[in-house]
Amino acid sequence: MSLVLPAPDLTRALTRISHEILERNAGSSNITLLGIPTRGAHLAKRIGEIISQIENTAIQVGTLDITLHRDDLRLRPPRALMPTVIPPLGVEGRDVILVDDVLFSGRTIRAALDALGEIGRPKSVQLAILVDRGHRELPIRADYVGKNIPTSLEQSVLVHLTELDGVDEVLVEGSAQ
Amino acid sequence: MKHLLSINDISKLEAISILDTAQELARVSDGPMKKLPTLRGRTIVNLFAEDSTRTRISFEAAAKRLSADVINFSAKGSSISKGESLKDTAQTLQAMGADAVIIRHGASGAAQRLADSQWMSGSVINAGDGTHEHPSQALLDAFTIHKHLYKSESDLTGLRVAIVGDVLHSRVARSNVLLLSKLGANVILVAPPTLLPVGIESWPCEISYDLDSVIGSVDAIMMLRIQMERMSELFFPNAREYSRYFGLNSDRMKALKSDAIVMHPGPMNRGLEITADAADGARSVIVEQVANGVSIRMAILYLLLAGSQEIGAAL
Repeated sequence: MSLVLPAPDLTRALTRISHEILERNAGSSNITLLGIPTRGAHLAKRIGEIISQIENTAIQVGTLDITLHRDDLRLRPPRALMPTVIPPLGVEGRDVILVDDVLFSGRTIRAALDALGEIGRPKSVQLAILVDRGHRELPIRADYVGKNIPTSLEQSVLVHLTELDGVDEVLVEGSAQ
Repeated sequence: MKHLLSINDISKLEAISILDTAQELARVSDGPMKKLPTLRGRTIVNLFAEDSTRTRISFEAAAKRLSADVINFSAKGSSISKGESLKDTAQTLQAMGADAVIIRHGASGAAQRLADSQWMSGSVINAGDGTHEHPSQALLDAFTIHKHLYKSESDLTGLRVAIVGDVLHSRVARSNVLLLSKLGANVILVAPPTLLPVGIESWPCEISYDLDSVIGSVDAIMMLRIQMERMSELFFPNAREYSRYFGLNSDRMKALKSDAIVMHPGPMNRGLEITADAADGARSVIVEQVANGVSIRMAILYLLLAGSQEIGAAL
């Protein structure tokens, strides 16, 4: 088990992503952050807090549960549903930024795009990811990446956040072969 | 969990998981797109050997919102009316590839028989069997009570619920007593002694024969339908006397707590167990019960059918 992103680096990555989001969208007036539960939701909240400090204004932050749109539902026992909270201005015509902890096969993001389409038609959809570990199975890429971590399929990436795990860190488990 | 046959089969945690799932799925019913792809390609059969409006339509709406294919099958207009047995019907459904059968039947235990038999391999959901159980109704009632009277906690601890009327013939009453008490509520059955089943002392609830002494203390009052079609003998002298002692009328509405809710599983006999002004009043959640029924049934179908056929981990 190796530590690839200690707490200070994780915070710096989120701060950089926040600035990149503001730069690319020319401000915060039209952005809506949607975190994918569980850890993506906490990351979206943190990015929202950083942006609102920079911009000195409230940011639209919510959560988007994608369970009902997963393509692997039949392969596993039923999963519990997580809350979806759409902020007051909705998604219609907004620049929606999906936030998740790890980008791997890309299937979660595909499901998120379907789930989002059910709620409304955003002006654009962007993707912010804390860790991109590669091995995509779908043509999906992230717009904002905290850290690229090349991994082998045998390894697993563990993201720990203070809100849930008491500590901020990203670990890689298993050998790289 | 593969089947939903009786409230006795599910634990408190499983019940809470169904209610929580329904809470999230209710969002879909409120949203602009009332359709999810979750059960695409699954076939669900509504096998209704007894008449029903609410339950059948509710299960059908729930299945369709999850994109399952629904086949409706009722006793009238099918071979059941020619005398086909449950076994032959089940084998026919199996041959057609039904992933789940939602069964309503006049015989108590029909759903259990179907689930225990080797006649078909899909899930069985009990939508009312004789005078035995109606678990999805109890779940939607618990969901409705929770939504109105509790905002934070996940169970119903500390609430007092009266169930009034024809308990003897009511599968709704039995499922509700089992579920509400499992969730921590205090249930009190109010009925004339002739309309209480034998062995009622062993149910996890209180019993009263006097509605007026109970009504001021409850948070929710559930009126049961007088089931004329199951009344083979005289259980009370006449309808007017029953209404006077056990009906919910405007005088009794005044005796209710200010935040208490009025429930009825439907269909109502207006003027018999409930008057029109009680049924249509501001405290009445009867129409909402129907809307909540769709969310609960979506949750049941999701938890039984969406995952692999192994024992559910979310349940």
